[in-house]
Amino acid sequence: MTKTTEKRKDVTILFAGDSGDGMQLTGSLFTDTNAHYGNDISTFPNFPAEIRAPQGTVAGVSGFKLHFASVDIFTPGDEVEVLVAMNAAALKANVSQLKKGGTIIANTAGFDKKNLRLAKYESDVSPLLDKTLDQFRVVEIDVTKMTKEALANSGLGTKDIDRCKNMFVLGFLLWMYNRSMETTQSFITEKFSKKPDIKDANLTVLKAGYYFGDTNETFTSRYEVESANLPSGEYRSIMGNQAAALGAIVAANKAGLELFYGSYPITPASDILHELARHKNYGVKTFQAEDEIAAICASIGASFGGSLGMTASSGPGIALKGEAMGLAVMLEIPLLIINVQRGGPSTGLPTKTEQSDLMQAMYGRNGEAPLVIVSASHPSDCFDAMVEAVRITVEHMIPAMFMSDGFIANGSEPWSFPKAADISSITPRWADPEKSLSDETYFPFRRNEKLVREWAIPGMENLQHRVGGLEKENETGNVSYDPDNHELMVKIRQEKVDLIANHIPAQEIAQGDESGSVLVLGWGSTYGAIRTAVRDLIKDGHKVSQAHVRYLNPFPKNLEELMSKFDRVLIPEINNGQLVHLINAKYGTGAVPFNKIQGMPFTSREIKEQIKELI
Amino acid sequence: MQNPTTYTAKDFATDQDVRWCPGCGDYSILKQMQSTMAEAGINKKDIVFVSGIGCSSRFPYYMDTYGIHSIHGRATAMASGLKAARPDLSVWVITGDGDSLSIGGNHLIHLLRRNFDLNVLLFNNEIYGLTKGQYSPTSPKGQVTKSTPMGSLDHPFNPQALALGADATFVARTMDRDPKHMREILAAGNAHKGTSLIEIYQNCNVFNDGAFEVFTDKATKAKSTITIREGEPMIYGADSEFGIRLNGMKAEVVSMNDCSADDLWIHDSSDRMKATILSRMFDNNALEGGLPRPFGILYQEDRFRYEDAMKAQLEHAISVKGDGDLDALIQGSHTWTVD
Repeated sequence: MTKTTEKRKDVTILFAGDSGDGMQLTGSLFTDTNAHYGNDISTFPNFPAEIRAPQGTVAGVSGFKLHFASVDIFTPGDEVEVLVAMNAAALKANVSQLKKGGTIIANTAGFDKKNLRLAKYESDVSPLLDKTLDQFRVVEIDVTKMTKEALANSGLGTKDIDRCKNMFVLGFLLWMYNRSMETTQSFITEKFSKKPDIKDANLTVLKAGYYFGDTNETFTSRYEVESANLPSGEYRSIMGNQAAALGAIVAANKAGLELFYGSYPITPASDILHELARHKNYGVKTFQAEDEIAAICASIGASFGGSLGMTASSGPGIALKGEAMGLAVMLEIPLLIINVQRGGPSTGLPTKTEQSDLMQAMYGRNGEAPLVIVSASHPSDCFDAMVEAVRITVEHMIPAMFMSDGFIANGSEPWSFPKAADISSITPRWADPEKSLSDETYFPFRRNEKLVREWAIPGMENLQHRVGGLEKENETGNVSYDPDNHELMVKIRQEKVDLIANHIPAQEIAQGDESGSVLVLGWGSTYGAIRTAVRDLIKDGHKVSQAHVRYLNPFPKNLEELMSKFDRVLIPEINNGQLVHLINAKYGTGAVPFNKIQGMPFTSREIKEQIKELI
Repeated sequence: MQNPTTYTAKDFATDQDVRWCPGCGDYSILKQMQSTMAEAGINKKDIVFVSGIGCSSRFPYYMDTYGIHSIHGRATAMASGLKAARPDLSVWVITGDGDSLSIGGNHLIHLLRRNFDLNVLLFNNEIYGLTKGQYSPTSPKGQVTKSTPMGSLDHPFNPQALALGADATFVARTMDRDPKHMREILAAGNAHKGTSLIEIYQNCNVFNDGAFEVFTDKATKAKSTITIREGEPMIYGADSEFGIRLNGMKAEVVSMNDCSADDLWIHDSSDRMKATILSRMFDNNALEGGLPRPFGILYQEDRFRYEDAMKAQLEHAISVKGDGDLDALIQGSHTWTVD
């Protein structure tokens, strides 16, 4: 029987199973293969906060969403076309995302009575058998059984055999989408090089899945997504946290500084620590501290010593670091604080995404302690935004906060990466033991026209000085309780931030005309969904434009003027309205909020609908 | 530039007015510290004093070195990062009993186990002075203060035992009223490679005057204190009339009329078990018959320093992978080309 191949422009697949089923790995391996075929890609892992939530329950479902295409894409896709459901709970948790006519690939072993009960299906009858899934195409495969059979002679125990079943699914999908097994095979060979029996088992099951598609007569058609028309160049796949880590190493190097990274484990920021810890041969010093406060304080200590001090956390940890951030503002030294945002308040939704810490970044310290805020808008943008944040903190002697969130931190995309030589150098304002003294006195808080003080570090002759959290006299840095001096210093610290607006790029329109009916203004991880929505509406002839703000404090100088050219400004955010509040308070723009607070990113459709309301 | 070998204590004074209360024990500590640094001969540019918050934490402003007056309880964490980044520096943490044992208790124990090569001067006055007189984690149970009008309910910390419990590599006690001993201990702490925890009994003459009087007053000092020295028998008293003998794991006071020095406990600061016994000589000395409070180096060991191990890892990584190449880093291990 011949098999036909259908061409597809783009496909969205959701791999879903128990958190122990290996769906994250399956998804990322399928991603890697498609990347090598030149597809544009966007991914979104979505997993429970518990490492091994009760098996078979909806709470324990882990998902990996992958959107790959032969055209430019900016989101992990709105609706899912293929849902891989390893058990009943995975189906129940995700079937609402599946579009009409979509395909369900179900592991029938995961739909027995026990699994149905755990997934809280009311009836004993599997949804695969009743009529509820009529609007979809259901492909039933007993993955568990076939994996067992493929490994019957492997000598492996039941547990090890069961762990291979994700490779069967992956093999089947590789067949279905006309992809070679090569990338996955080399991954398995490398990963299990020290466990030959596990390596062989995974390779066997992968092939079994592939050939199952090939030989089984139920499947008559395969699909193909041709390579995307990406700009020519060399690409790699990158995740947001990884990009942030690489950006930090490169930026520190460009500044001629040693990178010191003090951090305490927290979801979803820990991967930055993991990535940096792998690169000790770049002189990176990673320090896993006893708590969030120690992490930032150690980083401040390192900066005082002349390193680039950096710390990262998510909302709850950022709250703990607040007092120390205030100290860094007072000391006026470089310090990079990363906030990979997650659902809040309190512990909130640790593994879900949210943009709800913007106000915390702006105001979350005692006294008036302004710092710089730079945000990243998609996974690979974490690299560029990080370099920018480091540039500002080093050149302006002021703490900077780098904002990302769980969506882009864990999401991945192809990246046409830059050459290190093309990244411009970063210039610390070092004190000079010869030139910095006036009449043998050193003034540690004497400033240049940008209000930036010099960086004098231990080891520099004759520049010994004391800094601290007490209010200090301008220029001398001596402790001062003088009322006028305090007012002066508070104003200086604010003006120092404001002046940075002269040293950042003007806000650009990302797409669309410079004037029109609606400007969709976003920040952070909403970039892709807004981009897709605005692109579609422009295509339909609407006068809609997109601008995405990277620099949140200070704002670019032209932002007010840029917004004034539009009848309406819409600000979509994954929060209850924070940027919209800052914009309206500062400029009186009357911008319209659009909020989603579900721990999930916007779909482009949601944004499109909202824009239409305003046109 | 002045040659560090010619420093005198005055070279370490700053132009700032010292603002502790008249009669505060901190003055003595500052003076001994300045003398010790002059004797140590380390270039001032290479010295950093790091403090937290509290009366003692104003200290860095009065030392003409580099200094950070940080936030409450965090000097130990700040100093850890500084030392990791700059192993070449001589780093001194100045902290108090509230700063290091209450709000900063966590950072202190983690600093001690990591064993960065730096020195912690723990000014213990058994009271919160800067906030005007609340009981501290070292105040004895029952102490009446502004916040405990009916007496404190807390069982106090024993800083020496705590430091030993956290596997500190240098644990010593001295006091503000004994400048000579303090200089000796400060110099030993400076020489020790690893974290030196130096507890200094310091009198707060405003809010807790006389807390350590039993150890400093001429009438009681000889009987209530013992200065321990490496390799020497434990003898104390105005006329060296008392000794301490180990009866199994139990320390007991003996009269030198009945004993010879050979029968006594010989101080061995490398013995962790005996250091633990010493640290537990923490009786209320106002009571008759108690063991004396030991002053000196209770325990000392040579253990790897965090910053050395960190440096070794970096060097190893470079020897295995070669000096980091930025383009290789950015590119990663798998790339593909789009034409």
